[in-house]
Amino acid sequence: MNLATLSASYLRARPLNTALSVILLALGVATIVLLLLVVGQAEERMQRDARGIDLVVGAKGSPMQLMLSGIYHLDAPTGNIPLSSAAALSRNRMVKRAIPLALGDSWKGHRIVGAGKEYAEHYGANLSAGRFYEKPMEAVLGAEVAARTGSAVGATFKGAHGLGGEGDEHEDAYTVVGILAKSNSVIDRLVLTSIESVWEIHEEHGAGHNPPKDEAREVTVVLLQYASPLAAATLPRQINSQSDLQAASPAYETARLFSIVGVGIDALRGFAAVLILAAGLSVFIALYSALEERRYELAVMRTLGASPGKLFGLLIGEAFVLSLLGVVLGLLLGHGLASILGAWLEHQQHYPVTGLEWRPEELWVAGIALGVGVVAAIVPAWRAYRTDVSRTLARG
Amino acid sequence: MISVRGLAHRYGGQEALRLADWRVAQGDRWLILGPSGCGKTTLLHVLAGLVRPSEGQVEVAGESLLRLEGARLDRWRATTVGIVLQALHLVKHLSVRDNLRLAQYLAKTPQDDARIDDTLGALGVGAKSARRPSELSQGEQQRVAIARAVVNRPKLVLADEPTANLDDASAATVVDLLAEQAARHGATLVVATHDARVKGKFRERLEL
Repeated sequence: MNLATLSASYLRARPLNTALSVILLALGVATIVLLLLVVGQAEERMQRDARGIDLVVGAKGSPMQLMLSGIYHLDAPTGNIPLSSAAALSRNRMVKRAIPLALGDSWKGHRIVGAGKEYAEHYGANLSAGRFYEKPMEAVLGAEVAARTGSAVGATFKGAHGLGGEGDEHEDAYTVVGILAKSNSVIDRLVLTSIESVWEIHEEHGAGHNPPKDEAREVTVVLLQYASPLAAATLPRQINSQSDLQAASPAYETARLFSIVGVGIDALRGFAAVLILAAGLSVFIALYSALEERRYELAVMRTLGASPGKLFGLLIGEAFVLSLLGVVLGLLLGHGLASILGAWLEHQQHYPVTGLEWRPEELWVAGIALGVGVVAAIVPAWRAYRTDVSRTLARG
Repeated sequence: MISVRGLAHRYGGQEALRLADWRVAQGDRWLILGPSGCGKTTLLHVLAGLVRPSEGQVEVAGESLLRLEGARLDRWRATTVGIVLQALHLVKHLSVRDNLRLAQYLAKTPQDDARIDDTLGALGVGAKSARRPSELSQGEQQRVAIARAVVNRPKLVLADEPTANLDDASAATVVDLLAEQAARHGATLVVATHDARVKGKFRERLEL
């Protein structure tokens, strides 16, 4: 027998009130934990994918769309730009590195990206099998693509026009010559091939025509790395002043994206905070309303030798047990929901989310939720502390 | 065992109790008699250290209660006094055994299940130790309340109207059990009552 078992016994005897308080707190904690996991992992993933890319250059349109399609391969590209413009950018003295990409096709929902070997090198992706492509119509699969499709080196596949995997299949087949090791970057979800392959496939559409000359060829985006900090001030303006090009800064556009999405996230956070406060109120009401029916029990405990402080501790202990149950359940629920969401997103081939990761901020959430529960018990506990034993017993 | 001199207590200026002099020897059994409102319960609460009297000196088991306060008074009460209340007030969500364990825990004495079994057995409710109070008859609850009062082997057992609302046979049994348990542990017994049926039970009586 101790305060904890005494508290637990009392709470067990009032299952409905206990369950209500625990569930309210658990829902609040779970909502915040889910947000922490999803937003935190998305931010980390987006930062990782954009690392080393200072500017995305593509056709005029929405700069955010350009960034989403060029770096994260989440949206449709804004259009194509002349190869000559891309080449000019790579020669620009303010540019340290330029990686042109040719987009437009997909295979089973995975985007086929025409790029040089430097694109895979940029993300530190190494081959786990086979070799890198050396000639047109050879392809290297990202780790997730290989795992999901079950394809190995030597397999062949036909790309489909468009990025959703629902367009017409091209006649020419790619041959898988290599599989990339998992790099935990966007490249895991892509099919890489040479830019020439993309050109060749699309020239096949215009059968009967002669292959276009380099001046007429196009790429979709160019990923740029600045040669110096000064370039950040001048290069975007210089590019945007050209009639056919647009530059988007990943840092700026990502911040803008999160500020837009952040309104919804803040609303959810506010809702979760309300749930936690409601749980605190529920703990308060449960303990306070029970004081009247428990006044003899508490007075008898005083006659048995309990100090006023012990009665105070008893009620605080009950609130702590309630809050602890709510927090533990909330953490499990939050991680469980993140895992379910992760499985669904994986099925949708979106950014992966895992419920198996723990974030340091969760300790704060747990601490605050426990604090709210315990603070809610202070007034009832103070009333228990002030129990007038003699008067109470004389009444009963 | 008990020494009271010039005791008076007032609630909000209204006198609730006056007792000039009263002495009780260790092991004695006393009845405190008087009509409702004469101060019987107040006297028991004074003896238990639950009420600090407005005037007078009170010594119980060698301790001057006016000199005890806070945690020392709580500890003294837990180890020296056992109280049986009219309404029993067993803790509803605890089993019979846990009600007695609670008394041991609050008295900070080591948890002793053998003593609990012995005490419950002596009161004829040993087989009910796992039951909740709500699963017991009124008589059984009365016995458990007595067991809870004596499980820490107090030197003084106080009972406040223990026979109220009981039939004649039960009233006699409860007083006999209290006397038997007090004698078994060498404790002094003080029973406050206005019940005429138990007046002849003890030789020592205090009329208020």
